[in-house]
Amino acid sequence: MVKGIGGSAGYGVGKIVIISNAKPEYTVRPVKDTEAEVKRYEDAVEAFEAKTQAMADSMRGKVGDHNAEILEGHILLLKDPGMEEIVKSTIKSGTCAEAAFESACDMFIQMFQSTGDELLQQRVTDMNDIRTRMLKILTNTPDINIADVPEGTVLVAEDLTPSMTAGIVKEHVTGIITEVGGKTSHSAILARALQIPAVLSVSGIVSMVHDGMEAAVDGVAGTCILEPDEAEKEAYLTKRADFLREQEMLVIYKGKDTQTADGCKVELFGNIGNPDEAEQVVSCDGEGVGLFRTEFLFMGASSLPSEEDQFAAYKKAAETMQGKAVIIRTLDVGGDKDIPYLGLTKEDNPFLGYRAVRYCLQHEEMYRGQLRALLRASAFGDIRIMVPLVTCVEEIRQVKELLKELMSELDAEGRKYNKDIPVGVMIETPAASLIADLLAKEADFFSIGTNDLTQYTMAVDRGNAKVSYLYSAYQPAVLRSIKHIIEAGKEAGIPVGMCGEAAADPLLIPLLISFGLDEYSVSATSVLATRGTIAKWTKAEADVLAKKALSLTTEQEVEALLAGEKR
Amino acid sequence: MVAKDVKIINEQGLHMRPAGEFAKEMTKFDSDVTLVFGGKRINAKSVMLIISACIKCGAELTIECSGTDEEAALAKAVELVESGFGE
Repeated sequence: MVKGIGGSAGYGVGKIVIISNAKPEYTVRPVKDTEAEVKRYEDAVEAFEAKTQAMADSMRGKVGDHNAEILEGHILLLKDPGMEEIVKSTIKSGTCAEAAFESACDMFIQMFQSTGDELLQQRVTDMNDIRTRMLKILTNTPDINIADVPEGTVLVAEDLTPSMTAGIVKEHVTGIITEVGGKTSHSAILARALQIPAVLSVSGIVSMVHDGMEAAVDGVAGTCILEPDEAEKEAYLTKRADFLREQEMLVIYKGKDTQTADGCKVELFGNIGNPDEAEQVVSCDGEGVGLFRTEFLFMGASSLPSEEDQFAAYKKAAETMQGKAVIIRTLDVGGDKDIPYLGLTKEDNPFLGYRAVRYCLQHEEMYRGQLRALLRASAFGDIRIMVPLVTCVEEIRQVKELLKELMSELDAEGRKYNKDIPVGVMIETPAASLIADLLAKEADFFSIGTNDLTQYTMAVDRGNAKVSYLYSAYQPAVLRSIKHIIEAGKEAGIPVGMCGEAAADPLLIPLLISFGLDEYSVSATSVLATRGTIAKWTKAEADVLAKKALSLTTEQEVEALLAGEKR
Repeated sequence: MVAKDVKIINEQGLHMRPAGEFAKEMTKFDSDVTLVFGGKRINAKSVMLIISACIKCGAELTIECSGTDEEAALAKAVELVESGFGE
């Protein structure tokens, strides 16, 4: 088995066709008639443009405009005045068009790479693609036509470029494996658009395989089996059929309300880590953002992000969601999340130490910047502030006090914000659970973070294999805590959400329905499945199951019961 | 020649999309448009040169226009930068 990352969900079995992006060989030769050589280059550019435009047109509508735009972008890159100037002047100095063009590409690729900018890394892929195709045109090398691959093909490539994939026939390709690329690479976006299972970032895959070799691709786990035996193939084909059936069934939940079988409506939100992911929540039919982790803004930078940077990010998420709720969690640093420039020292018990709201309240200057950015962004949508790792009432009071101060600051500056911005508490410690009634008087909403709540309630380090068996949301202690938190919220009349993995767990969902959870926040790709599970239960049925589950004494019994009743 | 100092305000700086939009708009003018940034002079009609310069959010640069329609070119260039390219 080889491991990579899942770029596009699904399962597929097929025979490998390697798509090589090797550039054609040519001999560098001096040219005397430089005028004619420039003309040859111009003709090649024209041919490139015609070919690429045709590919873009054929893609449009089939896999979305995004990929077509990338290809049209290639034309612009090639015809860029900066590019043209450099190539032509190199040719005029007596170099052949191939070498002149290649050296110009290499120069830009190097410049892009030296910036260390992730967005420009994508342009490196684009430039490689343009270079290879232009060299093929200049040397009259025929292109491999991806449209001609036979049915049941697993494509293997170092990276799939938009030009290569323009001709993909969805029905013929059962899987994609690439050496490079992440979840946001061209290959991944394209594979998802075409709903072809894809495993990316498998190092050395191209040299491990040969044309015609069989492979089974698991785009969910991000793994593949090379030369699978009959039993393995059978297993993958069964998984594939199940997966496709499930996908088909889920489509009926698209655009529907999230409600139980007897019509109790709840909210179904998505979790995001950066503002771009809000688009995925929208496309997956999420009704809001239930958890925006702001750490990325801090981790992705080499110094503290400015208020302006943060404002832009929060505003973007709010605008993408178009008035739907966006719950943003203030910086949750510490524990296992280190941010080098914050200068956190190593602790004996980082999870019990200087983290999240504890850190923020002692670094008021930094926290002010984040809260100001959140307030300012609240003028552009339904932003709600969530405070992590609260263990006592003072913490939430201090945050609210700080917000009040910042609001008068913004008033004085004449800046707009939502004066009634909801401020909620993330309930993820036993302390917060036990005083949920007291916190509910201070907070506008609760959100249960089941990952940390489980860890702290069970006093277990989930990374420690010797004790991780204790880490389970089915533990009676955890279930009681969840039930208690939801009831305390109900008692005080504030909504209670959940933003941990548990909210998407089909085994736990009936219990959450019974307890009366108001809002489920799950990863974007789990939205439809979660809506589907909720729709299968009536409140009364869920109550019966919850009563049984709470009467059990061990985690194993609970899990067995819930697994047996899974819908 | 006319010139003006500007500051990049869009979060991700002059990356592909805004750089592309900027170069495209500048190409519509006859005047030469140059970005002076970090001691370098960049042809503003070239996306490649703009993105290679790696101009980040908060960067301060000078836009120089010279030619028959330099005033209009400068006005458009400043407008684009100050609008944050709609980001």
